Formats: sequence, structure tokens, C-alpha cells
Amino acid sequence: MATGVAAWLPFARAAAIGWMPVASCPMPVAPRDHRRRQDELIILNVSGRRFQTWRTTLDRYPDTLLGSSEKDFFYNEETKEYFFDRDPDAFRSILNFYRTGKLHFPRHECISAYDEELTFFGIIPEIIGDCCYEEYKDRKRENLERLQDDQEENKDVKLPHMNFRQTMWRAFENPHTSTMALVFYYVTGFFIAISVITNVVETVPCGSTPTQKDMPCGERYTVAFFCMDTACVMIFTVEYLLRLFAAPSRYRFMRSVMSIIDVVAILPYYIGLVMTDNEDVSGAFVTLRVFRVFRIFKFSRHSQGLRILGYTLKSCASELGFLLFSLTMAIIIFATVMFYAEKGSSSSKFTSIPASFWYTIVTMTTLGYGDMVPKTIAGKIFGSICSLSGVLVIALPVPVIVSNFSRIYHQNQRADKRRAQKKARMARIHLAKSGSANAFLLSKRNGLLNELLELTGTNTGEQKLPKSACLLESQHHHLLHCLEKTTAHEFVDEQLYEQNYVEAVMQSFPAARRESVSSRDTATPTCCGRRSKRNTTLPIAALQPGVNQQGPLQELSAIHIQCADRPSRSTSRSKLNLKADDVGRLNCKGGRITTAIVSLPSPPALTTPDSDNLRGPPTRRPPLPSPGPSIQTTTSSANVVKVSAL
Amino acid sequence: MDTTRRVSTISARVDAAVSSVDSVEDELELSAVRHRPEGLGQLEAQTRFSRKELQILYRGFKNECPSGIVNEETFKDIYAQFFPQGDASTYAHFLFNAFDTDHNGSVSFEDFVMGLSILLRGTIQEKLKWAFNLYDINKDGYITKEEMLDIMKAIYDMMGKCTYPVLKEETPRQHVEVFFQKMDKNKDGVVTIDEFIDCCQNDENIMRSMHLFENVL
Repeated sequence: MATGVAAWLPFARAAAIGWMPVASCPMPVAPRDHRRRQDELIILNVSGRRFQTWRTTLDRYPDTLLGSSEKDFFYNEETKEYFFDRDPDAFRSILNFYRTGKLHFPRHECISAYDEELTFFGIIPEIIGDCCYEEYKDRKRENLERLQDDQEENKDVKLPHMNFRQTMWRAFENPHTSTMALVFYYVTGFFIAISVITNVVETVPCGSTPTQKDMPCGERYTVAFFCMDTACVMIFTVEYLLRLFAAPSRYRFMRSVMSIIDVVAILPYYIGLVMTDNEDVSGAFVTLRVFRVFRIFKFSRHSQGLRILGYTLKSCASELGFLLFSLTMAIIIFATVMFYAEKGSSSSKFTSIPASFWYTIVTMTTLGYGDMVPKTIAGKIFGSICSLSGVLVIALPVPVIVSNFSRIYHQNQRADKRRAQKKARMARIHLAKSGSANAFLLSKRNGLLNELLELTGTNTGEQKLPKSACLLESQHHHLLHCLEKTTAHEFVDEQLYEQNYVEAVMQSFPAARRESVSSRDTATPTCCGRRSKRNTTLPIAALQPGVNQQGPLQELSAIHIQCADRPSRSTSRSKLNLKADDVGRLNCKGGRITTAIVSLPSPPALTTPDSDNLRGPPTRRPPLPSPGPSIQTTTSSANVVKVSAL
Repeated sequence: MDTTRRVSTISARVDAAVSSVDSVEDELELSAVRHRPEGLGQLEAQTRFSRKELQILYRGFKNECPSGIVNEETFKDIYAQFFPQGDASTYAHFLFNAFDTDHNGSVSFEDFVMGLSILLRGTIQEKLKWAFNLYDINKDGYITKEEMLDIMKAIYDMMGKCTYPVLKEETPRQHVEVFFQKMDKNKDGVVTIDEFIDCCQNDENIMRSMHLFENVL
């Protein structure tokens, strides 16, 4: 609960009265508000500019400099104010954070100066509000990149030693890394060019021999062309195999577009080798040679622009599809009209509707070959309408596509950026939420300890744990505690929940645990009764490590704290009981059931100095899972460690 | 003092009522309404808070809602912040209806402070009456099992998924059964306000818990 809703906490607590009539169990006692003094104004003097605010405003965030006692170091006795020798402009946004709960990043600030201020005042930058977070991250990244660029220019690129395969892959991907890579790059480029030129020249008629008419060079100098082709294909094959060898993920490489192009480029040659001199398939063989033109696409490895073009065409696919569709519609309409209009005239070229397609396309794209022309008047009229509308139909979508293309291109870039940031943003929100939830779970354990010690109060008066972080937090936790009591269920963190869920499923089988399940399911009027039943059977279950005990399994259960006059139970748990018959015997504070976390596999014997008075050994504190970087981490986590270390 | 305040809100409402319901106009209406509460003295007379307490309350209220009124969305957001593990929106909806006594879709500072006055400084009777009003969703004077089930589900929703023991589907229903067994004396399937107040006054736990939040402010 790290925002300005701290002011609404009294309201939320008051509204909890709505749960009281339906509560299953009695409510825990509210934390006492020891400070009954009036709210006072404090003066913060930052390099001469005086800011004033209420003390409670600053107390909202107790783990920052201004919210904790750390600011006492800056207190000036004579002037009765807190003096900070920092930038007053940056301090404005920091103080606004306390006031509104949202941290903003002023655009005109330098990013590193701002970061320093935040660090000084103990505020983590991750809580910058959504409105300013993108800007902050952008600037930070720019700064980082600039620093990295500077560093890279200075040092030699002495990368950590990579193995041969990785070096090779790097050389293939980025030709500027070494001279060998550059040489390889140019050689393959040269051979691609040679191969393409060869394909082209092959078909040119070159010189006529006296024996036959003009024949293409390919048939005249068959051997020479064949040798050239072989050489190129050998180079391409070697290149492909090398890339395949060097690829970090061979499967992924084989699926990539470039490798498919490579394969398609060299395959016809091998197929041709296999199928030579077979008259039946020579026709097919000739067709295969068409695929050799794909070698030109190999240039896209060499040209960044080609790659971008390909990508943008892909991303414009829907617009292009729409253009195609509308054109098709118009063609069909006009072709039909022209066909029926020209049906009457004799010797008309418009023999069928598909035949009219050709006329429509040629007219609409304003080509006008003239091989098909309408002869009737109606045909001419419709033909002119066709050509006029053709201009519209073609000319209109093209600028739309062009602008779409540029918009999509930029949008894609922005969308990628936003997607990357969204994940970070979701993570932050989740972190804040789980931090708050974890803080509650943590404080439950701490709260238990406090009460444990408070109860045995008289004997261990000196050993008072400091109160948990702040009153606000304890009040919030009390509220959550009341909700738990209302519903007779407890909050639990995710791992525990999963483990318990599995356990609940597993527990239906072993007979020893059947009792616990049944006791859990019976709806007793008070949850207290339910708890006691469960406790008697759970120890049995506990001592039989069940199906899924890995590592420190933790289970929530009621903890029994016994006062001195009560004989200790053999179970490892103590209980603050509020059953009517026990009230007289226990001189504990009535009306409370507290819960704690008990670790099962470890034998529950831990002696603390205070436990001399407790007849039942208190449970061992399990190693606490570190709470996520919550905004309000309770400072008592350190104290808990202290106790358990005793 | 309050008449001047009311003029702006009333005229805005009249305009909205006369003109057709349009989402743009709704937005304009909400943003145009800047609510100023009645004077401090009047509020002090109507509620059981002291001047200082009203000041503190108003400062907090105005900080979160600079326009002076809370609409249901903001209310839900604020309430959800206190219950990070579950979904508090349904319960917040019922709470909102309980606070919004004049049913105009927004909670002003007066509504807020009246509600708080009952909850924090009221007599047991008044608190129980407030709770009854909360449970009685359609405000007809009777709590039926369906209404109670809705409320119970809303409360259990706030717990979220990760609970111990694992929340089952029929837990709210069972809880409602228990509640009705206790409260519905004449077994007619509804709980009236008298049955409710009687039964609560006879229950020690409930009585004790009613005093829990007395020193909240």
C-alpha cells in the first residue's frame, strides 16, 4: 500500500464493521496508537528553500530518508528545521511523491543527477509513476548506451575466448569482425553475381554458325557454362554446409528463410546431375532451371535494404491484399459488362468473360496494348468508364499503402518498444502487489512473536522487540487479519498455496489423514473448535513426511502459546485458546487466535531464553523467504533473525 | 453557503436529465461538478467528529479526489489497494451503495463523513443498522439468502486464491447457511432488521467486535 491512499485507511477499517456480523471467528485486537500527539508541521530547508509539510505525510514511507529517523541527522537545533544541502528543484518532485504517492520525473532534469537525488533520499526509481516511467527508462537507456559506446571505442574488441564454431558463426553474420570474414563476404558476393550473369547470358543468342541459325550462348558453349555453373554451385554448397556447421541452433537455421533460399538455389543443379539425358523429364528439368534465379535473393544477406523491403512487404500484407481484392472485384464487374456489351458484334475478341479479364486489366492499368478493342457503341462507352475508373481504383490505394507502410514501419518499432516495456511494467505492478502481500505475511509471523513475548511479559520485560515498521502498516495488517477471521481462511503465499492444494488432494488417500480432512470440512460454528481438532491430527500427519516434502515445507496452523500454569502438551504447538472453559485457566488476553508458520520436517525444539517460562517449546523459525523488494519492508525482519539465532 | 454549492450541482444534473444520455456529456457533467462541502460548523453539528478530526478527514479525502466527489470507479480502485491478494471490486460496489445514501452515483464528503460518523462514533444500534443496510442490497428491509450470498461471495473474493485452507465453491454458501441459522428466528427465509439487531445484541463476539474500531481516528 504505497500510495496516497494511506489517508483512506481509517475509512477502510471503519468499513470492516460490515464484516463483523458474519464473522466466523472473533477478531484480533487492533494495534494501539501510542502517539496521541497532534500532527505537526515540519520545515525542510533544502539549500535555502523552505518546504513545509505535515509529519504524517512524511511518515507514509518509513523506509526512505525523510520518513525514518535518518532525517534526525540533518536536524538543525537552532533553527528547528531539517537542513539538506541538495538541489531544491529536484527536491520538489521528491516531496510531491510523499504528498501524492506518485513519483514524477521532471523532463528537464538530467537523468544521472535525478538518480543521485533519489538514491540520497532513499527512494527507488522503480516506483516512478506510469506517466513518467517510459521517459525515464528511455533517457536512462540512452545514457547507458552512450556510456557503452564510449567504452567500446576506447578498448580493443578483445572478446572472451569463443570456440571455433562460435567465431565462425560470428564471422558469417557480421563480415566486419575480421578480415577473413570480409574476404569470404566479397567472394560469395562475387560468385552470386557471376552465377546470375551466367544465367542471363546463357539465353542470349550469340553469333551464328554457318550450320544453324542463331542459338543461345548456352547451347553453343555448353561446356564452359557448365563449368561456371559447377564452380558457383560448389562455392554455394560449401558456404551452406559451413553455415550449417557453425549455426548455434541447426534446426532453427534450417528453418530460416535465407537457408531455404540457399537450398532452392543449389538444388536444381544436383537434380539436373541426377536426371541427365532422360528425355522424358528434360522438360521438367528445364523448368527447374528457372529456380536458379533465386540465387539473386542470396544478395539479401549482403544488402540491408533488401531485407527491410522484404519485411515491410510482409507487414503490409493486409493492405496489399485489400488492393488486390478491390481490383479483382472491379475487373470481374467490368469484364462481365464488356462481354455482354460486345456479345452482339461479330468477330469480337471478347469470346468469354475470362477473355475479357485481359482487356479489363490492360485498360484499368492504363496500359492499353490495343490487342482487344471494343467495337460496339455500348462497348466503347463501358470501356471508357472502365479506363476512367481504373485510374481511381489503382491510384487511390497506392498512397494509402505507402503511408500505411511508413506508419506501420514506425509503429512496429514503437510497438516493440512498448511491448518490452509493458512486461517490465506488469512485473513492477505485480512486484508492488506481492510486496504488499508479502509484507503482511511477514508481519504475521513477526506479530506473533511480539504477542508471544508480550504475553510472557512480566518475566521478559526487557526483551521487547521494537514495534513493526510503522503504525500505518500495522493497522493495514490488522485489517487484513480481520478479513481472515471473518472468512476463517488465511492468506498464504503462492508456493504454500500450491503445496497445500496438492496436499489436500493427496490427503484424501492415506487413512491417517482422513481425520484432518474431515475435521477441516465439518462446518463447526466457531473456527476455534475446528482448529483444535485439526491440531490433534496434524502432528501425526506432520511426522509422516508425506508425498511432497521437499525442502522446508511450511504449513500454517494455529500456534499454541501456553502460560506457565498449564501442563505442556506433547504436541509441538501452543495455542492461544479462547474456548470458554479454558478462559479461566489461562490468564492470557482473551479473544485472540494468532497464527504462525511452523516448519515441519525439522524437530520443533528450539530453546530461547524466554521459553523457560513456556512449557511447550515454541516452534523454530523457518528460514524466512526473502520478501520481494517491497516498498515498505518491515524493519523487523532483522529482529526476527536475531531471535531465531538464539 | 451550501445553496451556492448546490446551484452548480443541481444545474448540472438538470442539464444532464434534460439532454439525451450521451457518454461524452456524462463525462462533461462529472468533470464540471466540483463539489464543495458544507461548512465546517454544520458538519461538526451533524456528525460526531470534532473540528480537528474533520479537518484531517477532509485533507485526506481531497487529496485522493481533488474534485470533491468519489465515483464508483475511483472508490473501487482505492478500496482495492488495501487488498492486494484478492478482488475487492464487488464488495467495494456494495460499500459504495451503502455510503451513497442519496443514490446519486457519487459519494461526496458529507456522505463519507456521515457514514464514518456512524461507524466510528455511533451507538451499537446505529452500527448494526448500518451493517443491515449494507447487506440489504435492494434496500427493501429484508435480507434474503441471495443477497447474503452475494455479499458473502464478495467478501470471499477479497481473500483471493491463495488461502489456507483452500477456498472451495460451497464455502460462501455454507457460511450463509450458518448465518441464517443464527439470525433467522422465525425461519421465514428472510432476516428483518429487528431479528438482526436482536440476534447481534445477544452475540458476545459480535458485540465485542463492534467496539474494535472506535479509536481509529
